[in-house]
Amino acid sequence: MTTQVPGDALVSLKAVNKHYGQLHVLKDINLNVRKGEVVVVIGPSGSGKSTLCRAINRLETIDDGDIRIDGKELPAEGKELAKLRADVGMVFQSFNLFAHKTILENVTLGPIKVKGVSKAEADKDAMALLERVGVGHQAPKLPAQLSGGQQQRVAIARALAMKPKVMLFDEPTSALDPEMINEVLDVMVQLAKEGMTMIVVTHEMGFARKAADRVVFMADGQIVEDATPEEFFTNPKSSRAKDFLSKLLTH
Amino acid sequence: MDVIIENLPQYWDGFLRTLFLSVVSGIIALIVGTVLAAARVSPVAALRGFSMVYVEIVRNTPLTIAFFFAAVVLPRLGITFQQFEVAAIIALSAYTSAFIAEAVRSGVNSVPVGQAEAARSIGMKFSQVLTLIILPQALRTVIPPLINILIALVKNSSVAGAFYVLELFGYGKQLANANGDAVVWVLVGIAFFYLLITVPLGFLANFVERKVAIAR
Repeated sequence: MTTQVPGDALVSLKAVNKHYGQLHVLKDINLNVRKGEVVVVIGPSGSGKSTLCRAINRLETIDDGDIRIDGKELPAEGKELAKLRADVGMVFQSFNLFAHKTILENVTLGPIKVKGVSKAEADKDAMALLERVGVGHQAPKLPAQLSGGQQQRVAIARALAMKPKVMLFDEPTSALDPEMINEVLDVMVQLAKEGMTMIVVTHEMGFARKAADRVVFMADGQIVEDATPEEFFTNPKSSRAKDFLSKLLTH
Repeated sequence: MDVIIENLPQYWDGFLRTLFLSVVSGIIALIVGTVLAAARVSPVAALRGFSMVYVEIVRNTPLTIAFFFAAVVLPRLGITFQQFEVAAIIALSAYTSAFIAEAVRSGVNSVPVGQAEAARSIGMKFSQVLTLIILPQALRTVIPPLINILIALVKNSSVAGAFYVLELFGYGKQLANANGDAVVWVLVGIAFFYLLITVPLGFLANFVERKVAIAR
């Protein structure tokens, strides 16, 4: 089975299609992400970039096509899928920290309940991760007591605690106040430097320039361009991308 | 007034029996109701269907029918009880669990969908998502309606008095017959002892609600 996957692609999407009723939200998507690569997905709203991101760990089902993580096809709902999701970290736009659990418990819950790690070890790892994203002193608090930026950094730590092979970011800074965006992006840039494989849906062009290996531009459910950040920002090929970029730069 | 003082031992015995019926039925109903609510949101269509049919039938028929089934129909089917209390507990918990299930289901629906998505994304199975993330949050938000249902359960337990169970209301009937000249005071006494259970339940609801509220 693994012979179908080209080279060292960690995430591969082949001819993926999805409809919401009449709306064709993903049109024949082909995308390969290699180990250690940081791919930023940008595009106007409604272009299907979030759906693409969520399809990779099957929070959205697809109509046809083939999605593989590390050579393994996404299983249908059930134990196998849960196991695969443990290897795919996900960070949401609205943080989605468990509202009834402390910051520390948010990070340890996965390792303890899903991986069977002992509480002592999970606590130790979690504290190290929370220190790393700069919210170690918030460990005993509840999510609602933290600012948005802090909550999102905890969410990143929660995903990292599972030691994922790849991290998905679904507009991680879109719900944040401007002054909190950088603290989250800094953590993500650091993560990228450390060699984490990342797929990032974002509107932060600065992050794309700084940390991305590739920029994927989506419009109307299609991948319109797939280029290096340098190439994409200085010399976009499609008129759709030119139009999109010009709108960003006028303000 | 005298009739209450003179018959205090009966009142007290009735009070304890009503309390016993309510507590045992309440606990069973909370467990069964929560399981029914979980079945209602499960990915298994048969479980969803069973839960829906059960809830719709039970909550839309009178309590006396549930008692009739437990006290008369079940024994004819070969399921007999040493005491009528058992039939009363079956009827009360079966009836109340349907209402609990609906309240808990509304609580489940009030938990933002992102909570379940986050739990699934770190690799939790459906059962873990439900028991570790969804239900703990859902139950906290439905404490006021749950207490309402439990208060109704305490009062509904009086129907047991009509099915040979000697509880508070059963004693009330006896005392009213024996003291025809003081029926009003007999009933005032009965009402007082019901209030002794239901009013603290209301206070408990307020206390617990404040204690476990989760900020979002």
